Amino acid sequence: MGRYDEGTQVRVFMLGWEFPPFISGGLGTACYGLTKALDQLGAKVTFVLPRMVDSRFATHVKLLTPDCCNRRGERRLQVDELKNVTFRSIMSPLQPYATPQAYDEKIEEMLRQRRAAAGLPGDITGQSRGGLDYAGDLYREVHRYASLAMELAREEEFDVIHAHDWMTYPAAVGIAMMSGKPLVVHIHSTEFDRSGEHVNQVVYDIERLGLQRADKVIAVSQFTRGIVISRYGIPGDKVDVVYNGVERNGSWSAAPINIRRDEKIVLFLGRITMQKGPEYFLQAARRVLEVMDNVKFVMAGSGDLMHRSIELAAHLGIGHKVLFTGFLRGGDVRRIYKMADLYVMPSVSEPFGIAPLEALDNDVPVIISKQSGVSEVLRHALKVDFWDVDEMANKMVAVLKYPPLQMTLRSHGNFEVRKLRWRDAARRCLEIYRETLVAV
Amino acid sequence: MPSVCFYFQVHQPLRLRHYTVFDNDDRYFDEDKNAAICRKVANKCYLPANRTLLKLIQRHRGRFRIAYSLTGVLLEQLERYCPEVLSTFHALAQTGCVEFLAETYYHSLSFLYSRQEFVEQVKKHMVTIRELFGQTPTVFRNTELIYNNDLGLLIEAMGCFDAVITEGADHILGYRNANFVYRPRGCRRLKLLLKNYSLSDDIAFRFSNRNWAEWPLTAEKFGHWIGAINGCGHIVNLFMDYETLGEHQWEDTGIFEFMRHLPDEVFKHPDNNFKTPSEVAAAYEPADVVDVPHVISWADTERDLSAWLGNPMQSNALHELYRLEKKIKRSGDPRLLADWRRLQTSDHFYYMCTKYFSDGDVHKYFNPYDSPYDSYINFMNVLDHLQRRCATPEIVTSSSSSHPSGSPARVPVLV
Repeated sequence: MGRYDEGTQVRVFMLGWEFPPFISGGLGTACYGLTKALDQLGAKVTFVLPRMVDSRFATHVKLLTPDCCNRRGERRLQVDELKNVTFRSIMSPLQPYATPQAYDEKIEEMLRQRRAAAGLPGDITGQSRGGLDYAGDLYREVHRYASLAMELAREEEFDVIHAHDWMTYPAAVGIAMMSGKPLVVHIHSTEFDRSGEHVNQVVYDIERLGLQRADKVIAVSQFTRGIVISRYGIPGDKVDVVYNGVERNGSWSAAPINIRRDEKIVLFLGRITMQKGPEYFLQAARRVLEVMDNVKFVMAGSGDLMHRSIELAAHLGIGHKVLFTGFLRGGDVRRIYKMADLYVMPSVSEPFGIAPLEALDNDVPVIISKQSGVSEVLRHALKVDFWDVDEMANKMVAVLKYPPLQMTLRSHGNFEVRKLRWRDAARRCLEIYRETLVAV
Repeated sequence: MPSVCFYFQVHQPLRLRHYTVFDNDDRYFDEDKNAAICRKVANKCYLPANRTLLKLIQRHRGRFRIAYSLTGVLLEQLERYCPEVLSTFHALAQTGCVEFLAETYYHSLSFLYSRQEFVEQVKKHMVTIRELFGQTPTVFRNTELIYNNDLGLLIEAMGCFDAVITEGADHILGYRNANFVYRPRGCRRLKLLLKNYSLSDDIAFRFSNRNWAEWPLTAEKFGHWIGAINGCGHIVNLFMDYETLGEHQWEDTGIFEFMRHLPDEVFKHPDNNFKTPSEVAAAYEPADVVDVPHVISWADTERDLSAWLGNPMQSNALHELYRLEKKIKRSGDPRLLADWRRLQTSDHFYYMCTKYFSDGDVHKYFNPYDSPYDSYINFMNVLDHLQRRCATPEIVTSSSSSHPSGSPARVPVLV
């Protein structure tokens, strides 16, 4: 790379993830918000993502020029709202937040469907268009994905590589070595957030490799930056914090739901996993119900702790007060926000946490755990330590009991959220790209 | 010619302890924290400042004169935690050069919510000052210098005051300045003393600010500024928090040195002198009538009530608190009354202010809570318990020995 001038349009090779609403969690949301803002700022982005060719997913983006698949199963797509972005999908069953077990289950499910479709009960070769489109386990799949992405990158022209979370790091590192272009890795979540102290060594090693090889690391919060420095041994001067933004849904235009009800609703929305602290939510719920009765607790989402959470609710004797909705998509999420009086995010370790911003955007006051990145940017939210169940319950009761508190949190919070824009995050990313380009 | 009139506000609130909806006792106040802060401020400010000012009074043989307004909640804490501070105030009172002003005992916003409660608190405060320092206040200052025409009328009607003090806010003065005595609109006898906020804030806020063009502020320079008022005013009202000396402006900023030299600089001009507020009121006739239809205060740039009544939480908390007045007073329970009154201290509502939450400025400095929301929740939990106490007197548990109210027998002089 030679010189890089400010005015030049930067070309980004981005290794990202499927956009919402077809993906759960914040990673897809962040990829979408950031890419859209980069596009608006005039950056040229080649957005590479893993995707299974599946008719269910074919309609969610308006495709301008869907090239036919070549022999590697890549597709070149254009989304009309994003003028400077070219999408290139690589056929792969990778999904964000996947665990090795979840990956295995998904592969089995996929094979079952294929057998059924082909009417071949015995055939489990998984062959597709002449090439294998998945690998037998998650780690091998990550590397298969990396080699496909490297091949794809050879055809592209770009100035900088930007990769989101560990499953894309092997690809990103490979492409950086091959092309000599600077590497920016974005860390939305670490193995320590997802697994506590029971760290998966393979995942950790991949994360560390990506962080070490990167010219710049973007952490989504100071909280995460701290983990990157202390747990991965990365020098602080190459780790920058770029906070996520929030995509405004225009909650004003959404028709209000006029439900008259005498019960308050406290909402948990997210994956029901260890990281999200569902058991603290339930224990706080029990405490709340000791002092007030007209409350229901809604747990929206799915995850590996779902069944244990249902059992825990029953065990605590509050089963009749807790509703489990399962995983919710777009419209249902909006509807549940409209019904909620309070949103609680009791995460044990939350690198950022976009959901509270969406709740505030939908005029729902929030309680967030202090162990979250979003607590660094939100002032008009109530904050608790995730383990302090009594204090969590104390604050829940206060919000439900005192309308002036709800009102003040809501109006200030909604205003505050409007200041967190993806455009600012994208601008920071462009600055970081420039630093790497100048440094080379 | 100008008379320099120093008045120092001396106040520490009784901070609440962390009180959740699950708590069910009547120990509302954080004894440890209040004691620790009281002792800390005593060592940094009250003791060295009292010592410094006492020496000045002695050195200048009665020509250096000052005034204090000590709140009842502070006096109770000094009695409990730092009695040595009380004795130095007593020594100051003995000089005859120190005046004590009247205010609401609990540093409350009662003027805005209950005239009856307001008058009761003012009287309680006057009794306390008389018993402690042997003088009866004749000048009134309201909490945070909150003032309007109605306050002037009420104070005059009480019949025991010569003057009332408030902020020299630009919008009430117009082309006039704060360096004269005025008359409140509608009053016939009462006089109005207005704070010269520019010169007061030079000491209180800007003294140690190195980005200020006038830094460092020397006594000599400040003496010149006071001298410059010659011809366009009779008085220079320097009203500020006492904690300015040593607490807000630390000793190493040179604030005590500044005070030590200031009288000499003022006396360089033979016509200059120091007067206390009541002496000012006696010495000068009102230059004009000042009309204050809307409530003003000395807080923030707005000089209004928005620091205590700026959001729905604050107005709700205050409204709910004063709604209890009849019940509390009908109960005849002195401990209930004392707790209710301690909750009236304006600081509790100041902590709930969301106005400057984002900027982390002066509000944050004084705030023991992480956020205004936490402070509202805590306050409402306490108030809720208090409410239940007056609904069902039997749930009043016998007070533990650490109850800060003490009993009348233990703190005889203050009750």
